[in-house]
Amino acid sequence: MTSIRIRSKLIDGKTQLRILITHPMEHGRNRDKLTNELIPAHFIQELTISRNQKPLINCVMAAGISKDPYFSFMLKGGAVGDSITIAWLDNFGNRDIAEHTVS
Amino acid sequence: MPLTRRHFIRKLAVATLALAASALRMPTALAFWKAEEFAPGTLDATLAKLVPQQAITNSDQITLTIPQIAENGAVVPVSVSTTLAEVKSISLLVEKNPVPLAIRFELSPDVEATVSARIKMAETANVIALVETANGYFRTKAQVKVTIGGCGG
Repeated sequence: MTSIRIRSKLIDGKTQLRILITHPMEHGRNRDKLTNELIPAHFIQELTISRNQKPLINCVMAAGISKDPYFSFMLKGGAVGDSITIAWLDNFGNRDIAEHTVS
Repeated sequence: MPLTRRHFIRKLAVATLALAASALRMPTALAFWKAEEFAPGTLDATLAKLVPQQAITNSDQITLTIPQIAENGAVVPVSVSTTLAEVKSISLLVEKNPVPLAIRFELSPDVEATVSARIKMAETANVIALVETANGYFRTKAQVKVTIGGCGG
């Protein structure tokens, strides 16, 4: 199952994008409640958003972003059938990619 | 020139290579995460790494929408929008977090200069929205009172 959920809406000729990603976003200073050991830092570092294969937004982030990150953007223009691609990469080298069609 | 089998195969190979190259370029086109920007430290030290000579102008053309009181520092909703022209990137920094830089959005001209995210805040502090435009760096800040810190996750 994908970790990325995407909602889009065409508003006045613009495309509103809302993105919810499932990710722990651990900053490495929390301790496990049972073992009292430090939980290793584990967070998304890069996020890219493309429309019809054209990169529009690049984000770099660290664990200062909340668990299960949520983002929203407003793209200029847009039409029904646009393909939105969202990809993330975390500090463990894990990545995920999701496609969405504007409807 | 008639399209012979040999030419067709050559063209196909070139097209495939170009496609592969563009596909390979996708990850490298990412905004390269730099450890130094996300190093633990003070806000000033982080700003010094982000902005050359720290030439930042305070601007009232940036709107930072954030609650004045955050009940839970682990999830603080933030929105930034700006009427400044030629915006290249928008960064969010939290003054007293161990790692001040939370996120930087690099926006292409096809994107409105409006972004929202949810950030963590360790304690009551100023949140700074830093906007990079073709004409330099601009910022605005807002104080957020945190009643429960974001350290507990």
